[in-house]
Amino acid sequence: MFERLTAQGKSVSVSFTFEGEAVEAREGDTLAAALLAAGVTSFRETPVSGAARAPYCMMGVCFDCLVEIDGVPNRQACMLLVAEGMAVRIQRGARGLG
Amino acid sequence: MEIFDVAVVGSGPAGMAAATTLARHGAHVVLLDEQPAPGGQIYRGIETLSKRDPALLALLGPDYARGLDLIHDLRASEADYRPGSAVWQVTPEKQVWYSRAGVSQGVAAKIVLLATGALERPVPLSGWTLPGVMTAGALQILLKSAGVKATEPPVLIGAGPLLLLLAKQYIDAGIRPAAVLDTARVSKFSALRHLPRALGATGRKYLAKGLSLMTALRRSGVPIYRGVRDVVIEGEERVEAVRFVSAQGPQRLAARLVALHEGIVPSQQIARSLRCDFIWDKSQHSFRPVVDSWGGSSMPGVLIAGDGARIGGAVAAEHGGRIAAFEALQQLGKIGEGERDEAAFAERRAQQGHLAIRPLLDALYPPPPAILNPHDDVIICRCEEVRAGELRAVIALGCQGPNQAKSFLRCGMGPCQGRLCGPTVTEIFAEAQGRSEDDVGYYRIRPPLKPLTVREFAEIDIDG
Repeated sequence: MFERLTAQGKSVSVSFTFEGEAVEAREGDTLAAALLAAGVTSFRETPVSGAARAPYCMMGVCFDCLVEIDGVPNRQACMLLVAEGMAVRIQRGARGLG
Repeated sequence: MEIFDVAVVGSGPAGMAAATTLARHGAHVVLLDEQPAPGGQIYRGIETLSKRDPALLALLGPDYARGLDLIHDLRASEADYRPGSAVWQVTPEKQVWYSRAGVSQGVAAKIVLLATGALERPVPLSGWTLPGVMTAGALQILLKSAGVKATEPPVLIGAGPLLLLLAKQYIDAGIRPAAVLDTARVSKFSALRHLPRALGATGRKYLAKGLSLMTALRRSGVPIYRGVRDVVIEGEERVEAVRFVSAQGPQRLAARLVALHEGIVPSQQIARSLRCDFIWDKSQHSFRPVVDSWGGSSMPGVLIAGDGARIGGAVAAEHGGRIAAFEALQQLGKIGEGERDEAAFAERRAQQGHLAIRPLLDALYPPPPAILNPHDDVIICRCEEVRAGELRAVIALGCQGPNQAKSFLRCGMGPCQGRLCGPTVTEIFAEAQGRSEDDVGYYRIRPPLKPLTVREFAEIDIDG
């Protein structure tokens, strides 16, 4: 659904995983932008009905881009930069305590 | 705890201009911002983009490139700029607590200057929670921050300058929107009474830009539907189609991506949490904090500048940031009243020029009734999935106001903390109870203003 505008040779590539699959991103991307560019359409499932959600605002307001990163839930993908080796998973329902 | 003369929150145009001005006059200033780089939403990603992709910088236009000067001045100043810092509490004693890289810490300041800007007005339509429905601003942020564009032509729904600008930027980037669904319903004629005021030298530049955007859109051949209402976004797992009624009758368009926009409103969270006074702005159809001509709020020592005080646009915000900075400098005893007034005079004149277009824009693009008072089956609280009809039902049972609605429905109690349902909830109460928005009021906002783990909270080094 999304793609890079240009090849942009000067950028450094960053690798991470989403639901166990390898994803290539560019240094400086927010995690949300990187996932959208990689074709991800569901970031989380809501605690109330389990409906799929994906980023709405991309600026930290809507919290529909919440994902689990390296086992830590409730992370706002639009506010974080991608980092090498991140293990990202869909957040299913509410976060647990702990 | 570190002590500063001024803590500025937000590094968009108002915050950057304020912090730079304060530092230049010898104030000890910290600038806290949630984003990884300066610029706010309007100049998002501009530093990286200017180095990495000059072609995209050119595509985004000269008004965007203006942000580079502000950032250059900020970087050259003594201001202590701290990116990636999400402020989660400002106390009345002016301690500012924030989370940075998973660690929370506080700073103490004599003056707090809030420059937290605006957010896009919520657009509660049937289906607006489906993946593939985003705000126009979100699509623009993807362009600015990552050079990412849609592969499928988006359907743009709404009204206002940002929607037109996004259409133009997408056309220039080689993706023609599938259609523009124009929800504006005001007769252009009635808005024309605001035209004379907009005809100053600066106002004319905005008018010319607006007209050139409209011309570009018309020439592109993108289908434009006027007088659009009764919009329903359809889909199971994601967006599949948009149904609506336009001047030409009922329509249905297949769509994989939808961008919504009905203008922007001030971000209220921090000032609300401080119990600053707010007032309903009829012409902008939003709450805004009560501020004096210097940005002074009802709380002593708390100044508010930029779109967070009242929507005026990026350049007006820059001037507003400097005006508030001069006031702060005077309060700190760094400059006298005479110097403050003199320094602010030029800023005010320039700011007036940029504000002259606003009454015309406000009159041309009021939010449509369908998003202020959505149908019963429309989700208004995205986090807790509360529908407008559920709220109306508890109002009929005697629910008194937005804060009681939280206990009835958990409305506004999810992770976004009411940011995306607050405006709608106030409107629905006002309509159902026949009260003014001022009388209904808004959610009581409490810290932490951003989700914080108990562990992070427990690990705060209070003496640090």
